[in-house]
Amino acid sequence: MSQIAIRDRSAFASAARPRLSLREFFQQRSTIAFFFTLPLILLIAVLVIYPAGYSIYLAMLSKKMDRFVGFSNFTFLFTRETFWMVVKQSCIFAITAVIFKALLGFIVAHLVHAIPAKGQRKWRGMLLVPWVIPPALSTLAWLWLFDPSYSAFNWVLALGGIGPIPWTGDAMWARLSVILVNIWIGAPFFMIMYLAALKSVPAELYEVAAIDGANWLQKLWYITLPMMRNIIAITTLFSLIVTFANFDIVRILTAGGPIDLTHMFATWAFKLGIEGGDIPLGASISLFMVPILTVAAIFILRDINKRGERI
Amino acid sequence: MATGTLSSRTVSAAAAAAPEGQMAGTERKWALRWAYFFLVIFAAFALMPPIYMLITGLKTSNEISAATSPWWVYHPTLMNFTDLITSPLFQTFFINSSIVAVTTVIITMLISVPAAFALSRMKFWGSGILATGVFLTYLIPETLLFIPLFKMFATFRDWTGIELINHWYVLLLLYPTLTVPFATWIMIGYFASIPKELDEAALIDGATWTQTLTKIFIPVALPGIIAATIFAFTVAWAQFLYPLAFTTSQDQLVLSVGIATTLIKADVFNWGMIMAGALLGAAPPLVIYAFLMDYYIAGLTAGATKG
Repeated sequence: MSQIAIRDRSAFASAARPRLSLREFFQQRSTIAFFFTLPLILLIAVLVIYPAGYSIYLAMLSKKMDRFVGFSNFTFLFTRETFWMVVKQSCIFAITAVIFKALLGFIVAHLVHAIPAKGQRKWRGMLLVPWVIPPALSTLAWLWLFDPSYSAFNWVLALGGIGPIPWTGDAMWARLSVILVNIWIGAPFFMIMYLAALKSVPAELYEVAAIDGANWLQKLWYITLPMMRNIIAITTLFSLIVTFANFDIVRILTAGGPIDLTHMFATWAFKLGIEGGDIPLGASISLFMVPILTVAAIFILRDINKRGERI
Repeated sequence: MATGTLSSRTVSAAAAAAPEGQMAGTERKWALRWAYFFLVIFAAFALMPPIYMLITGLKTSNEISAATSPWWVYHPTLMNFTDLITSPLFQTFFINSSIVAVTTVIITMLISVPAAFALSRMKFWGSGILATGVFLTYLIPETLLFIPLFKMFATFRDWTGIELINHWYVLLLLYPTLTVPFATWIMIGYFASIPKELDEAALIDGATWTQTLTKIFIPVALPGIIAATIFAFTVAWAQFLYPLAFTTSQDQLVLSVGIATTLIKADVFNWGMIMAGALLGAAPPLVIYAFLMDYYIAGLTAGATKG
């Protein structure tokens, strides 16, 4: 209503004087809104959208960046065995880690939700700690837990007579270790999102279901999951993007080794692009992340809009 | 009908007030015990690495390489911590990290608050598209942008002679690309929950848009702004890829990279000192989290639950 009032006032002002004075121009709503959003637009345009487009151009240059070579960087990558391993690895890593993070987060959220409300804060506080510590620093602690000669895990396993495990030395174990650390860091995020979703499910629904004689599995399947579906979808897709593009954990835990067997797109692009000095090749590697990121982003956007429509 | 809903509400209130009351039998009690049992296990898993950081940080190098239990400290010493705190290099890392994180927060808020206000309150041509664009920007990972940005800054030096790479202040340009989109996004959501009557009343009384924002709106929206501030600080403090790619000289490094590279590259892996350093580096976000947990969680969940 007041919006109409404001519009009326400005309409009246412009009717009284046919030309807008400079001062009035600066008081106009759209002008002010433009100036309020200008820094944001500039930042996104110059430091996000431009470099995103620029990387496509970079990916088509030769190593010395003096000549345009078209798609030959991409076709070169297709001939490299490491490239296909990175593709496979990134997909397996992201999917496995996200599934386990979601499962673990779901279980822990239910456990926290099950205890009396006054104790929940304390438990939630402890369980979220892995998400709060900078990943680069907590991964250092994991690296030390996995240390080949002084591994604290192997020390415990040795008590049970289990031989030393090469946590980061063997390719298979190194992949598992990287996934484990990713789950440790990411599961609390799922837990907190699911807990917020669980709390928004009206208690009446469960009471009605209990009166109707539903068991816990039916309650989970017919009430909890449908009510949480949107949050589950958004959280999972968001985590898929972050996990797929992960850099910190692999970089610190294995640095891609042993012999480039645990690289992800981000770490391999860093190794070739920044450390190896081949910027075009690094740019083309990281561009291969775009398709999967786009698909995930489209689905997230759809879910968020759906949510907006419902409210 | 009305009495029906009323009674069901009182029942649910009673059930919520006494979750282990008469309604709950022994079965419920056992379920609760199991819940606590598993929570202890998960909490142990969650807290193990930071606790292990502390254990190792309290040890001397001799004790670390001794064959004693890695899970216990027999001769605790604060030497690693005091050595680090008095080391000029570590102090440089800490100061660099602090300056970068605090400045990033200020830049982020200066850009995000007016933008979120405009996008949630001043409907204008393209505001809907811009809000969606902000969210999409947030989904673009830094691992996609660091190489073109690196080349952009190198070209910028060739044109202007201003060297950005390998100076800590290059991070002030890079970090806002990570913090501004999300901070703007969660604040759009938070601002939408504030009654429109508030700022409309101010506008009718003759306040300008800028006055409405600074004098009326910001004080009311403070919880949302604090949540976004905490988020921006945490991201800026924890960022690892950008400082690793853009800074190399020791005196330009921030904590995350400084600890991971300078202490590890030494001939002897001094794990006691690395763990002490990691713990000190994790301390600021942990302290903020301990005191402002509710804001932290509000910021975390706002991204997906509002929008």
